[in-house]
Amino acid sequence: MDDKGVKFVIGIYEDEDVLLDAISSVRDKGINIYEVYSPFPVHGIESRLGYKRSRLSIAAFCFGFLGTCLALTMMIGMTTIDWPMIIGGKDFLPLPVFIPVTFEMTVLLSAFGMVGTFFVISDLKPWGKPKTFDLRSTDDKHVMAIEIEKNNMSEAALKKLLKSNGASEANSKMMDV
Amino acid sequence: MHVESKLRKPLITGGKTLHDVSEDISKRVEQKPSITWYAAMIISNITLIVGAYAVYRTLWDGIGMWGLNKTVMWAWDITNFVWWVGIGHAGTLISAILLLFRQRWRMAINRSAEAMTIFAVICAAMFPLLHMGRLWIGLIWVLPLPNTYGSLWVNFASPLLWDVFAITTYFSVSLVFWYIGLIPDFATIRDRAKKAGRKVSAYIYGGLSFGWDGAAKTWSRYETVSLVLAGLATPLVLSVHTIVSMDFATSVIPGWHTTIFPPYFVAGAIFSGFAMVLTLLIITRKVYNLEDYITIKHLELMNIVIIVTGSIVGIAYLTELFMAWYSGVAYEQYAFYNRVTGPYWWAYWSMMTCNVISPQLFWFKKIRTNIVATFIISIIVNIGMWFERFVIIVTSLHRDFLPSSWAMFYPTIYDLGMYIFTFGLFFTAFLAFSKYFPVINMAEVKSILKHTGEKVKK
Repeated sequence: MDDKGVKFVIGIYEDEDVLLDAISSVRDKGINIYEVYSPFPVHGIESRLGYKRSRLSIAAFCFGFLGTCLALTMMIGMTTIDWPMIIGGKDFLPLPVFIPVTFEMTVLLSAFGMVGTFFVISDLKPWGKPKTFDLRSTDDKHVMAIEIEKNNMSEAALKKLLKSNGASEANSKMMDV
Repeated sequence: MHVESKLRKPLITGGKTLHDVSEDISKRVEQKPSITWYAAMIISNITLIVGAYAVYRTLWDGIGMWGLNKTVMWAWDITNFVWWVGIGHAGTLISAILLLFRQRWRMAINRSAEAMTIFAVICAAMFPLLHMGRLWIGLIWVLPLPNTYGSLWVNFASPLLWDVFAITTYFSVSLVFWYIGLIPDFATIRDRAKKAGRKVSAYIYGGLSFGWDGAAKTWSRYETVSLVLAGLATPLVLSVHTIVSMDFATSVIPGWHTTIFPPYFVAGAIFSGFAMVLTLLIITRKVYNLEDYITIKHLELMNIVIIVTGSIVGIAYLTELFMAWYSGVAYEQYAFYNRVTGPYWWAYWSMMTCNVISPQLFWFKKIRTNIVATFIISIIVNIGMWFERFVIIVTSLHRDFLPSSWAMFYPTIYDLGMYIFTFGLFFTAFLAFSKYFPVINMAEVKSILKHTGEKVKK
């Protein structure tokens, strides 16, 4: 697997603040960063990499709204339309007693819908294939991967650039991505 | 960049590096368990098996095996149910509410607290499920499906049905929240196994880690998901015990029919949940040498939450007494007079001592930073919270409206057995978790190490 695919230059960083500055200076030179891999969430990395804010919260709202509608439709369908019954002297459409179930269904669908969307768009699934450029990226190192073909720089020049920006190591690796 | 006061005590001591964090936490998963772990597991399994006999008799012979009678038709089982659900409130509270408040001390304790939540909710669910006798029919009864047992559909006006929705939602959302947090840590264990050439472990944790690689894009989405889940879980936590309290509050039984129940139950749930987290964490940090991650400062902060919630519970007890007197309703006044001085006076006063007086000791810094004292008080609080539910349920029922119906409740060994069964289940699950899962959220702890680790504080 290592000998096929495309060639990447990989910069290894020890410290998140050094990494953030390195990302900015590499991008300022017009170099396209494939992705940065970190053992923990680094704050402010999205803006440095030019990523837009995730729209998952909109997905959560839509799924939540769907939950509200489903819950109300279910309860009105059952206790108002299909088999009307007077319980506790309330009328056939006792909205206040529908609130708890509606709330729970809203939260349930919102949470599951959002997490499901997150898994699908991030390609996370049981036994999914991780893009492991360096095994230390889930332990204590930040890994910056740059695809050589997509940039107008030689491998050696890229390595030199990464080193000059604080990378403790600069390696190259073939990856099937 | 993040700046933090140097005057604040470090949350992670021992001068740890990022690699030390992976090493300290993953090592527990990779190594063979200790003798202590095996001994604890065997005891838990025995407890589970002994208790399973009571479950078998309950299912085979019916709930006539329990000590319930016509007057006290709810007692031991629902006390245990409410007690376990209450304990199950701390985990999601810690990970959700403390996340919204940006309290970073949650990071070392959220993983095990959430695990505790999930197992406690499973234990709680055992009681309503098993009391239905025929479990297989019972599972269908609670679902909104057409049935032939009376009205065609389930009764949406019943708080017991709201409970079904609340607890299943709470359980599944907590499980998802917990699992999302586990994914990056499973990836750490997977990559360590790959490096060390442990194929089986790499395969299993490879499956569990969902192909996580720590890409910045995924982390960014992950942070959004965590924040939104926290926002959803916060009202959810509060709704669960609110709805549990409505099981009682919407009835007309004196002592139950009060509007104070929802906030009072929620405070009590957080109170007992934190006490159980403390009991478990004090043992876990000692057995797994995690004193550098779960520091005295963590224990102290949890003790402060216990003072606050314990005081709310104390005020609620007094308010209940005052309102009973002030209402002018003879039945209400008698219910409380009987609670304090009647045949169950010992349960009432045990509750008052354990829940109102004992947490007040935490006002003294010496006591709230003392591990032995914290451990003892955490257990006392949970005993007190069990008595609280027992007092509310049994004393309100045992004096019926007609004196000819008055009765007492005496538990049978099968009542005790069911309770023992859930303890076996809880500790078996918790021990399995502490062996196979990372007990501390490594990724989150690593993210704060640079700002609150001991090295930067020097």
